[in-house]
Amino acid sequence: MTATRLVERLLQLLPVLFGVSLIVFLMITLTPGDPVEIMLADQRVTPEQVAALRRDLGLDRPLVERFLVFLGNAVQGDFGISFFHRRPVWDVIVERLPATIELTLFALLVAIVVAIPLGVIAAVKRDTWLDRALSAASLFGVSLPGFWFGILLILLFAVELRLLPVSGRIGFGFDVPRVTGFLLIDTLVAGDLAALRNVLAHLTLPAVTLGLPTAALLARVVRSSMAEVLAADYVLFAEAKGLPRRRVLLLHALKNALIPAVTVTAIETGQLLGGNMIVETVFGWPGLGRLVVESIFARNYPLVQAAVLLYAVTYVTLNFAADLLYTALNPKVRL
Amino acid sequence: MTGAEPLLAVRGLRTVFPTRRGLLAACDGVDLRLAAGEALGIVGESGSGKSVTFLSVLGLIRPPGRIEAGEILFEGRDLIRLPAAARRALRGRAMALAMQDSLSALNPALTIGTQIVETILAHGLARTRAAARDRAVELLRRVGIPAPERRLDDYPHQFSGGMRQRAMIAIALAAEPKLLVADEPTTALDVTIRAQVLDLIDRLRRESGLAVAMITHDLGVVAERCARVMVMYAGQVVEEGPTAEVIARPRHPYTRGLLASLPSLDDPDRPIDAIPGQVPDLTRVDAGCRFRNRCPFAVELCSRPVDLRPLGPTRRSRCIRAEEVA
Repeated sequence: MTATRLVERLLQLLPVLFGVSLIVFLMITLTPGDPVEIMLADQRVTPEQVAALRRDLGLDRPLVERFLVFLGNAVQGDFGISFFHRRPVWDVIVERLPATIELTLFALLVAIVVAIPLGVIAAVKRDTWLDRALSAASLFGVSLPGFWFGILLILLFAVELRLLPVSGRIGFGFDVPRVTGFLLIDTLVAGDLAALRNVLAHLTLPAVTLGLPTAALLARVVRSSMAEVLAADYVLFAEAKGLPRRRVLLLHALKNALIPAVTVTAIETGQLLGGNMIVETVFGWPGLGRLVVESIFARNYPLVQAAVLLYAVTYVTLNFAADLLYTALNPKVRL
Repeated sequence: MTGAEPLLAVRGLRTVFPTRRGLLAACDGVDLRLAAGEALGIVGESGSGKSVTFLSVLGLIRPPGRIEAGEILFEGRDLIRLPAAARRALRGRAMALAMQDSLSALNPALTIGTQIVETILAHGLARTRAAARDRAVELLRRVGIPAPERRLDDYPHQFSGGMRQRAMIAIALAAEPKLLVADEPTTALDVTIRAQVLDLIDRLRRESGLAVAMITHDLGVVAERCARVMVMYAGQVVEEGPTAEVIARPRHPYTRGLLASLPSLDDPDRPIDAIPGQVPDLTRVDAGCRFRNRCPFAVELCSRPVDLRPLGPTRRSRCIRAEEVA
């Protein structure tokens, strides 16, 4: 990866971000519903007060001007003030980010740990009943709606079996000082293992809900690329050398089969961030996804815009990371 | 090669693959013998069963394909009856495979060094990784790769085509096998490199008594490098004998057609005679001669079962009119 290529990739980001900003801006401003009315609902206010608040928030100006002002400020890293919180949008987002990242990474871990072995097994046992059963299961997994599956898991593991907590990131009674905002890290820093166990218990259901559809998709990718690789000459050649079967499968075949899986994983991570909105709402997870859902309902324009931009940047960055990883795994692609 | 116990003796080998249209016998009743230090050429067009025969010998037929009948005697032991682990131990160590395209045969994600060293270690020919590496350097040097210490950490795509082909042969021979199955080892190479690779195989055969099964559809390679040739057609051996004799006086109409379809250097104006018709559908063959529909010598008797029969001490043909073919 040369410097030129890197700059090229970064420049490609600009039109994407501009487009995303414009679309989000239009969608949210053209959606019926007025943030001022929502904010002042149930309050006795005079029309003058409404007008003042509207002027205050800059909502009295024409659309084009508002968009340009937003762009101008965003370029300088200023995403405005959250209507609801009355604090800079960016601060509110940063506060919620660790919860979302923690959940996403954990869900990704669940996905990878489930998908790779299943994909490999399905490919090796290709066209047997086991392969067909795994294919059916993964089709089912891909089509699982997160909100329904999450509620099902809550009913079973939290309500019926009482094994895991229903919602939130950590139980009452734990006092973990905030260092990074990542509770897995903060509990370790505090040396509080009981709290760590509690955090893991809270993570499990949402991570499984979020991760399983990804696992299903990833397993299909691993299966098909593994099946393709198993038919390659170099696998036959490796077998002809008398190598142990495990080495042929896990080194010669899997190392090559994982290359397409890495790309899919990176793209899926972006999807997981989006999927967070539903799962975080179902599990009362205090992350960015739930914040965005609340902000959409409150017509909290600045926050929604900043969050969507952040999603877009993350998505593009993850794709870029996929390219880098692809290079690292495949010595033939030295860019 | 008769008399002494051959290194490899295959009898009545039948390897089948289930297909949608029924069972396909890719090789059907194949007999062959190969002695140490001997080079046997196996010729025939694609689908004639040459590769399947030797993949069966190597124990590399993938399910749902399977060996249905026959025996494969290697140094007197029947490989078909050996347990899987014992067969794996023989692969690479007793018999090895060199493939047509080294770019696809070598793992693109592993260095050349890794791919040699793992073979040496898998067969316990070195105690330590360092010792295996020394051996790997020696092997690369033997096949004529310059500065082998430095090339060990290169990936296959960093080698030139000819070097890569030689490196692949070095990897195949890393555990000093007694039999090398070379499946179209030079088809993908240009003429000068082709000669280098064939010289290398020849040298190893003479120096260490390696038996070579040279699978090819190039009669030129066989004429130059193999003392004996076996012609396959539609899953069966149709003719076998000393290469010079078979080329000079083919005893099967298919061999004759194959020779006639080669362009001639002496007489470039001679028209090339392609064999008319097509190879039969192997799921729909009967017991009769499989070449009879394309054969200028065919008579009614050809639809009866035909055996591969001896013609003198060194030659065999699967044709009832072998004596008339010339």
